[in-house]
Parts: sequence; structure tokens; C-alpha cells
Amino acid sequence: MADSRDEPLVLGIETSCDETGVGVVRGTTLLADAIASSVDEHARFGGVVPEVASRAHLEAMVPTIERALKEAGVAASDLDGIAVTAGPGLAGALLVGVSAAKAYAYALGKPLYGVNHLASHICVDQLEHGALPEPTMALLVSGGHSSLLLATDITSDVRPLGATIDDAAGEAFDKIARVLDLGFPGGPVIDRYAREGDPGAIAFPRGLTGPRDAPYDFSFSGLKTSVARWIEAKRAAGEDVPVRDVAASFQEAVADVLTRKAVRACRDEGVDHLMIGGGVAANSRLRALAQERCEAAGIRLRVPRPKLCTDNGAMVAALGAEMVARDRAASDWDLSADSSLPVTDPHVPGRSAHVPAPAAAHHHHDHDHVHEVAKDNLYS
Amino acid sequence: MLLLALDTATPAVTVALHDGVSVVAASSQVDARRHGELLLPAVDRVLAEAGVKLAEVTDIAVGVGPGPYTGLRVGLTTADTFGFALGVPVHGVCTLDALGYAFGTSAAAPDGPFVVATDARRKEVYWARYEDARTRTTAPAVDRPADIADRVAGLPSAGAGAFLYPEVFADAREPRHVPAAALAAFAAERLAAGEGLPAGGGRAASPASAADEDGPAGHGLLPPRPLYLRRPDAQVPKNYKVVTPR
Ligand SMILES: [Zn+2]
Repeated sequence: MADSRDEPLVLGIETSCDETGVGVVRGTTLLADAIASSVDEHARFGGVVPEVASRAHLEAMVPTIERALKEAGVAASDLDGIAVTAGPGLAGALLVGVSAAKAYAYALGKPLYGVNHLASHICVDQLEHGALPEPTMALLVSGGHSSLLLATDITSDVRPLGATIDDAAGEAFDKIARVLDLGFPGGPVIDRYAREGDPGAIAFPRGLTGPRDAPYDFSFSGLKTSVARWIEAKRAAGEDVPVRDVAASFQEAVADVLTRKAVRACRDEGVDHLMIGGGVAANSRLRALAQERCEAAGIRLRVPRPKLCTDNGAMVAALGAEMVARDRAASDWDLSADSSLPVTDPHVPGRSAHVPAPAAAHHHHDHDHVHEVAKDNLYS
Repeated sequence: MLLLALDTATPAVTVALHDGVSVVAASSQVDARRHGELLLPAVDRVLAEAGVKLAEVTDIAVGVGPGPYTGLRVGLTTADTFGFALGVPVHGVCTLDALGYAFGTSAAAPDGPFVVATDARRKEVYWARYEDARTRTTAPAVDRPADIADRVAGLPSAGAGAFLYPEVFADAREPRHVPAAALAAFAAERLAAGEGLPAGGGRAASPASAADEDGPAGHGLLPPRPLYLRRPDAQVPKNYKVVTPR
């Protein structure tokens, strides 16, 4: 495309959990997605150890930036901005990425964009399927989060409809894998065993699906306990545990609840696009069931390739590029890592920079007004 | 030479600029909880005060601790990234050495040996013994004060760790934190003595902690790698916990 050179070239840094990710994008085009993971160092602990992750981020940070630039084939001086995950995530881990991004942006004389990890998970789909429809319904499921979000403008208006009230979906996979002695992380291994099992073999409970339950919230704690008890009963009776059937039936319960609630949210809100992101979006049964149910409901499903669903720097760069394209205010040099950054803050604008020059306003869209509009009036 | 020195291994966020002759500008703010927020604005302020652009800097020096990890990493990540972006070398300075240099070259400098101790939290101190401002005689270590009482007895000591445990460090003296000027002067002196690393030299070096290469005799510039001195707190989970009620 002749004019693609005009699209913002942004480098994004992600260190909210155990992946050191650096991505480079031009507008909605992926140029590089470099990752260094410390997942193997956490395996024997059965979960991510924050200090181990932070140490690994420091080791990997600059080499990963170097690799991403090389992979993208761009010069640092050509970048239009540096984006970084400001939160939510592990505080010490976030701080490594935020410190690096600030130093890099400052040294290069480029604007800095502290962005929201969850909004980045949604925005990454622009690299796969082009511009996000507005609004987009997003189901984010990983070891750290399980949320249903309504994104009207990914740079300024993301609304939480529901979230898990206990465990994240990915955590449930890890815990069940542990009960079955399958190691960490649990997602891929459960998926593999489940392919050879019968998803209808055992009727595990579907949390928060009663008529009076919160329609968009999730709960996986009861399911986890129920699966563990079922396995313990088998063991206590001296019987073999049918690992494949347990995996398939457990996975079915998770995929069923997630897709049922996501499709319902789309219907209720009149949204005809569903995006699924986060590490659990790599789960084959979740993808298949979502496809099936979206088709039946006339909803278009968008799921990025697995490598873009798990934490990565490209998703941060994608959201950063959108911030630049829509003239959103850059962050200040005292940007802090905020482990509990609310999902309603897609980025952390600077205090002084919120007055845009009137002449410079060539926004693609301007949805700022919707902040003042009641949710129920929006789509009717 | 135009050296930018920074340290975030103690409650102080310390930045100084040294032109090879003297310290041109410096900033020191004590706030143990806001290293991440304070460091870059401090760098910006120091450079502005000196009328210098970051791109003119020829060397970076950074405190490698020992110090509480989260704060320590702010300085190291920042220095590492500056070095990469500017293509200039990054030199590590043991934070205790910078404090020892400050104490040993001050007007109140003791005649004989002394101790530097910083707060390692959890009722421990990071510490080392010095013969004089430029000569460390023990490797940086982390210990409970009571366990090292006989090794520091009767010696004057500097650093916040000494003030916290007067029963062990009877003669605690200023400074408590790393003075920005001393950090920069220490690194500039070592660089002038030809100790510097080439650009990228630190990161290309072995991934092992600097502590491995820095025995008792070592007392100069180090690779820019953290001196953690402790392993991460992490427990391998015990056996799976049964959920079935008995
Ligand atoms: Zn994530």
C-alpha cells in the first residue's frame, strides 16, 4: 500500500507477567513480535513466581528490544512512539518494562504511551483481522484474567460487563492439571488429553449460570473443587482415573460457560462481533464452540492466532499505534507501573498534554462524547 | 568524558552528571516507594540544569546494589536501555562501594578501617568492610546484624543499615544513602584509571550475577548486573492438597 508509510510506527513493551515481549507494528500491520519467556523457570513452582519473573525481565529486556527492531527491519529513529504495559499485572514485573520504555522513549526523543494490558489484548486483533469494529465485544481469558468487555473505542472507552469472581479460567486449567499430575502450565496439556476424551462423560457444574446469577460474571472455583473431588473419589475407590474423559469434561464445562455468556452479552448489547483473546483463547474446544455458537447467533467471531493471544509486545504496540493514530495524549516521564490499573483506563495520559491543538485534529474517529451517554441508549 | 551516574539501590533516587573534572549537576530524593516514578524526571532535571542533552553523554554508571530488588531494577533497566539507545558503555558500581567512597573521602573520614551497611529489610543488612575509601576487604554480603557483631565491633560505620542497629554498629555516621556526587566521582575516577567496559560489554558478559566475579579483592567497576545476594522467595508447592472433606 502506497500510504502505509504514513501509519504510525510504534514499538511496544510488555512485562506484566512472565513473558518479556517487544513488538513493532506499523498501523495495523505486524512487523515484529519478539518474546523471551521465563515460563520454564516457574514450572517447578506450579505457578508464576513474581521475583523470578522480574529478574528474567531485567535480563531479557534490552536483548528483546534489539531482536524486535532487527526482525522489523526498522531504525529506532523512525519510530513514532514507544508503548508499554502500565498495568494491570505483577508490580515488580511491570516496573521493568515501564522503566525500559521510559528510558528508551526519552533517549530517542519519542512520545511514551503507557497502555492497559487488557485493552492491548483486544487491540491485537487489528493485526490479524484489520480495524476493530466499533463496538466490539471481547472475551479475555488467561491465567490472569477472565473478563467480558465492551470496547466502543479501544483508545478511550472500554467497559467491563463481567469478570471472574474467583479464579481466572487459565488458573482453573493449571489447578486441574496439577490434580491430574500433568505439570504446569495446564492449558496445552489438558487440551491435548481432552481431544481423546468424551466431553459428555462427566457432568461437571457450570458456575453462575442460574437465572438469578450475574449474567456476565464467571466462577471457576466450584468447578475446580468438583473436578478434584471426583478424581479423589475415584482414587479412594482404587479405580483408575480416566484422565482423557476428565480433561474433556472439565474443558467442556469451561468452554460452555465462557461462550454461552459471551454470546448472551453480544445479543443483549446488540453487538455483532465477538473477539476472544488471552492465553486460554488458544484452547481448541473454546475456539470450536465459540465458532459454532457465534454462527448460530449471527455473530462474527474474531480470534487472533495463538501467539498473539498470549501476552506479547505486538499487542502493546498495536494499541500504542492506535493511540498515535487518534492523537491521544502521551504519558508523562513519571508514568508509574500500576498493578491494578482499571480496565476503564485504556491508557495513562499525561497531566499536561490533554489540550489538543485544534488545528491538529484529524482523528479517524472521535468517540469521546460517549463517556457521557448512558449504556442503554447507545445501541438502541 | 560526560558521565551520567544513577543509583536506585537504597531509599534514595540518585542521579549525577560528571564531566571528567567535577560533578556538574546532581539530584537526590529519598522516597523508597517511588523509584520508578522519580528516576526519569530526575535525569531530565539534572541534564537540563547542566544544559546538556542525553545524546552527549559518553558513559553511564549505575549502582548494581546490593539493594531491595524492585527499586534496584529501576536503575539497572534505565541504565541498560540508555546504554543501548545511545551506544555508550554502561558501568556497574557496587552501591556499598559508592557509599564507602563517600564516607572515606569526606571530611569526617575515619583514619582506619570502617564498615558500610545498608538496610536489607527482614532484619538484615547489606554490608562490607573497607580499609579506606578505595579498598574493600570483604565481599558484599547480607546478614543479620547480630551474626556479624564481632566482625564490625569497634569500627566506625556509614549507611542507613548502621543507624538501624546501634547495638551492633555503635559508631554510625553519615552518609546514610549514596550521595549522587560520590557515585559519579567514584565511577569517573575508575574510568580515568582505565577500568571501563566497552559499549555492550556488560550485557554480553556472563549472565551470572556480578557477585560471582567480585571477590573480596575486587573493588572497581563491575558489569551492570544486579547484586541480589539472595535467591527469590519461592517455594516448590508441597503435595497436592486434598479437597474432599473427611
Ligand atoms: Zn494477558
